Amino acid sequence: MTWMLALGVAAIVSAGVYLALSRDLLRCVVGVSLIAAAANLVVFASGRPGDPSPPVIPPGGDVLAAGAAPLPQALVLTAIVIGFSLTCFSLVVVLAIKQRTGVNDSHALRAAEPHALSDGAPPLEEEDDA
Amino acid sequence: MIALLLSPILVPLVTALSTSLLAARPVAQRRLGLVGITAFFACAAALLAHVATEGTLRASMGGWPAPFGIELVADPLGAAMVLITALMGASALVFQLSDADAAPSAPSLEPLVHAMLAAVSGAFLTGDIFNLYVWFELMLVSSLGLLAYRTATRQLDATLKYFVLNTVGTLLLLVGIAYLHAATGHLGFGALSEAARDHDALRLAPFVVMVALAFLVKAGAFPLYAWLPASYHTLPAPLLALFAGLLTKVGVYALLRVLGGVFVLTPSLVFEALGWVAAATMLFGVLGAAYHWDVRRILAFHIISQIGYMLLGIALASREGHVGTVFYVIHHIVVKANLFLIAAIIFRHTGSYDLRRSGGLYAVRPGLAALFAIPALSLVGIPPLSGFWAKLLVVRETLAQGRWGLAAIALFVGLLTLYSMAKIWFGAFWKKHPDEGWRPAEGAHLGPAYLATGALALVTLYLGLAPEGLVRLAELASAELVGGPR
Repeated sequence: MTWMLALGVAAIVSAGVYLALSRDLLRCVVGVSLIAAAANLVVFASGRPGDPSPPVIPPGGDVLAAGAAPLPQALVLTAIVIGFSLTCFSLVVVLAIKQRTGVNDSHALRAAEPHALSDGAPPLEEEDDA
Repeated sequence: MIALLLSPILVPLVTALSTSLLAARPVAQRRLGLVGITAFFACAAALLAHVATEGTLRASMGGWPAPFGIELVADPLGAAMVLITALMGASALVFQLSDADAAPSAPSLEPLVHAMLAAVSGAFLTGDIFNLYVWFELMLVSSLGLLAYRTATRQLDATLKYFVLNTVGTLLLLVGIAYLHAATGHLGFGALSEAARDHDALRLAPFVVMVALAFLVKAGAFPLYAWLPASYHTLPAPLLALFAGLLTKVGVYALLRVLGGVFVLTPSLVFEALGWVAAATMLFGVLGAAYHWDVRRILAFHIISQIGYMLLGIALASREGHVGTVFYVIHHIVVKANLFLIAAIIFRHTGSYDLRRSGGLYAVRPGLAALFAIPALSLVGIPPLSGFWAKLLVVRETLAQGRWGLAAIALFVGLLTLYSMAKIWFGAFWKKHPDEGWRPAEGAHLGPAYLATGALALVTLYLGLAPEGLVRLAELASAELVGGPR
């Protein structure tokens, strides 16, 4: 089970990093949310999934010795919820940028950090357009 | 006592909720926000007074005893950081009453500010590493809201870049926590620190480094700081002061907590590497600042540079180094936020943040020039201001450990910091305004702005003239740090 999860995490992280390094804004954001999904799988895997014995801590102990730990499953729920909301937010931001400027290339997106002036001096500050 | 421990989280959280209910009534909302921040400040002050005299406060949520439940811990370090958070929130909200680059009013503004304050004090008070991750995420969510609420293209651009790099940082933290949990079976700081003693330090090191790397992203350390100068300058002044004062410092705090306390047994190679990361952070931050002419961008790069000094204190891995870091963090929060607020007053008078388009203020506003000089010289580290003691504590310990290279870089960066501050001084105050007919803004409503910046300057002066109190607090904080809070 752990090996299967590990292979899955490896595949998803590679896909996520590949997309996140893209200059296309939408691909970049989707890549980040794929990496988030892989991170959630790692949290899930930390709880020894697949062990069928009951998750009971023996009297006097403070660590679960056998069985799938329920705690990481609770943790991963928290992480999924936060990750999902952030994915939605980032998609809206990308769509708004695309609609407003027509730009979909992270290199061309220089609204916050304009290019240097022609003589190499730092750019003058930009005013808000809204 | 549980109420006292919880109050710095609950009060801003309740304020955030109740101000969002008043979204349709901006005046009432703003008043409630001021009441909320006053209550937050009072609770934070009471908490620090209690912790300083009676010792560390702790409580387990839901009555589950450690190591099973989530613990909240207010040790001297956490309580001091909460008080400084409340001070920052109060100055930003008071400054917001002026018209110097104040944040345009919006229904979501007050709730987001208070939610961010709640998240920051939650991060300072938690005794559980997963809970710390959740507070980091809350901080990220509310700061994204504050970055994007004005929805101009440059803010959205900044938001996107801030989002991508910070999210990668939080994901790294989440994965590191998962590995630590898999290796030790614990999440609480105290239990983790005990479990780490029974483990081979080398085996845990990769996971600890992963978590530390995540905190370095959050702190804006070299080479992962690109998100900070790409986004901060698009914020209005009071929010910028809040971000600049608090957010990166939460990363430094978490790093100090983890590397200086919980996993103090991490192999020394990690601390050696951190020392050089700190040096590169100082150097590259200050060099970035040297290029720019926009005051906000100069100051944003200086945040990075100053983070280097704080990391250096952690990298020294000694009691004295930790004392230096704690002192540095508290001094820096006050000074940095104040500089951004004063930059907004300069903007109000000269009409530009760009030093090529401003000037002439010394002749007409000598008081403002003096007000600027206090935090600026403190940032450089001129005695007797607070920055001098902060640098003294860090550099003295660096020299005591015989790390001459690191100490030389730290002192050299101080010199370059002086260059930047002199640039702002000449650009905004000393030289003539490029526009011949320029007059300082008439009818500017700056009373609250001067109140906030003046109060912060007084704090800087006080810390400079009487540093013993804060040094003693920093010593108390670092004494409780090692071995994790228990």
